[in-house]
Amino acid sequence: MAAIIPEIAVEEVQGGVPHVHGDPARRRMPRLRAWRGVVLVLAGAYFLLPLYAGLRFSFQNDVGRWSTYAVAAIPHQTGFMAAFYLSLRLAAVTTVLTMVLMVPTATYVHLKLPKMRRVLDFVTILPIVIPPIVLILGVLHAAPLWLRASPYLLSLAYVILALPFVYRSLDAGLSAIDLKTLVEASRSLGGKWISTLRHVILPNLRAAILSATVLTIALVLGEFTMASLDLWTTLPVWIYQFSQLDAHIATAVSMLSLIGTWVLLTVIVSVDRSQSRRTRRRTGTL
Amino acid sequence: MTFDETATFGQGFTVPLAEGADLPKQARLEGLLRGVRPTLAMAPFVIYTFLGLGIPTAAVVELAFRSQSGKLTLGNLSTVTQGTYRLGFENSILLAAITSVLPGVLGLFLAYTIQTSRSGLLRRLVATASGVLANFGGINLTFIFIATLGSTGFLTAWLSAIRLNPWHYGFNLYSFFGVVIVYMYFQIPLMVLVITPALGGLRPAWREAAENLGASSLSYWRTVGVPVLLPSVLGGMLLLFGSGFAAYATADTLTAGTVTLVPIQIGEVLNGNVISGQENIGYALGFGMLVVLSITMILYGLVRRRASRWLR
Repeated sequence: MAAIIPEIAVEEVQGGVPHVHGDPARRRMPRLRAWRGVVLVLAGAYFLLPLYAGLRFSFQNDVGRWSTYAVAAIPHQTGFMAAFYLSLRLAAVTTVLTMVLMVPTATYVHLKLPKMRRVLDFVTILPIVIPPIVLILGVLHAAPLWLRASPYLLSLAYVILALPFVYRSLDAGLSAIDLKTLVEASRSLGGKWISTLRHVILPNLRAAILSATVLTIALVLGEFTMASLDLWTTLPVWIYQFSQLDAHIATAVSMLSLIGTWVLLTVIVSVDRSQSRRTRRRTGTL
Repeated sequence: MTFDETATFGQGFTVPLAEGADLPKQARLEGLLRGVRPTLAMAPFVIYTFLGLGIPTAAVVELAFRSQSGKLTLGNLSTVTQGTYRLGFENSILLAAITSVLPGVLGLFLAYTIQTSRSGLLRRLVATASGVLANFGGINLTFIFIATLGSTGFLTAWLSAIRLNPWHYGFNLYSFFGVVIVYMYFQIPLMVLVITPALGGLRPAWREAAENLGASSLSYWRTVGVPVLLPSVLGGMLLLFGSGFAAYATADTLTAGTVTLVPIQIGEVLNGNVISGQENIGYALGFGMLVVLSITMILYGLVRRRASRWLR
């Protein structure tokens, strides 16, 4: 399911999520603190126990003993490399298409057509309410034959699925910078539009673009509904098919892709945060 | 605003002053260009969403009203409001309702707890984990839950060691209730993602002001916190409704079709498991989903308008 990704990265740029400074109140209310502990423990248990189960299952052999055979065997399985390669290609094409489509559009709307933001808000929320399964019904019916024969039809559809959170991420990124001043400065120094976009806007949107990119990749690497109904063996479809042969290996693949994406996203957000902090310190001495 | 005169967007085309061109003509051309520039800049997005979202949706709606031979009919629609298809809709709506309210409330508490935490690392880990887990589903999710709470899962084994095996108390992971438990795994993170910005809009100054005026924590929440957050929370829950209503892969792989849900029925039609002559039933089911979701969407729009009025 596509998700709305809010200003994960942007909040970090601005110096962290706004803290609720209820500290005196919190001291007065030890009950609230205990309650927070309970929430964290319960949520931790609900989210981490299945992850633990998945990891444990990935590192077990058929008789239940600890083994790395499943992880080591992944690349040698029939069809794995083809499926992985197909998913990577789809992810690359989807990401490039989405950014080329959305970065200029979102920037232009912020700069020149603020009234259109409501329209964009509305249109980009539609892919959340139009179920992928209904969308693929229509896409398979409406797409011309030559396009239906190509796996990249999926990429075209994934761009739509990625719209909600890519737009929201970019929108938050654009709201956080003084776009108008930056663009006017660049233009009055003689910068052309293309170079303004490349040297002024893109660097300032780096955090937003990075997190949007990683989440687009996560979406493409995990999308099953459309790929299976369009009859292409992408990574999730392969996992599904292969699970009937060896569930350990199939689980190992899905755990690796989940944890890999999470670590990548966290690293990007953290690196970006420390970089923006450095920049702020440098400009602060002026 | 000197750049306004030459600004073009994206396409990178400008109108060079052709040598010897007469000026009025040039000015007229520029004026014309300035008029169509917003249209040109918005064109790629509008065309793409029209082709990728508008046409497919329109195709589904149109085919819902066509018989196999292409004649206009209401037959498909009357079929999907009866019998097993009607049951599918009832189950799906119930499932979506439960997995929007419950994870909505839990996600709100979780987001609040995380946001007021002092650990920046925890906040970052949860923010990124929410982004990843909200997109996690299908066979992968099914697997880790079978390994956890399946009849031979490790948690089941632990619990049965203390004589609390849930399967002995009527629990079944592959039932409707099991689907609810599994869906929360991506619904709660989705709620955390949606509601975190709204929690950020809850200004610390309001709480301080309330305290200075002698308000207790309870009356702060009753008179300030809840009214401010309520529209966003309801908006988030409506999104969860859409997400739970649409989820296909997770329910399909978990229950193998034993729980009747609309997305699974559409999948069966697409995979050819349908009586011949009823292929357009799939489009009618899709249309039915769109109707249910449009109602959700209208509610969301109303609620959102209220939320933005409050947070201004």
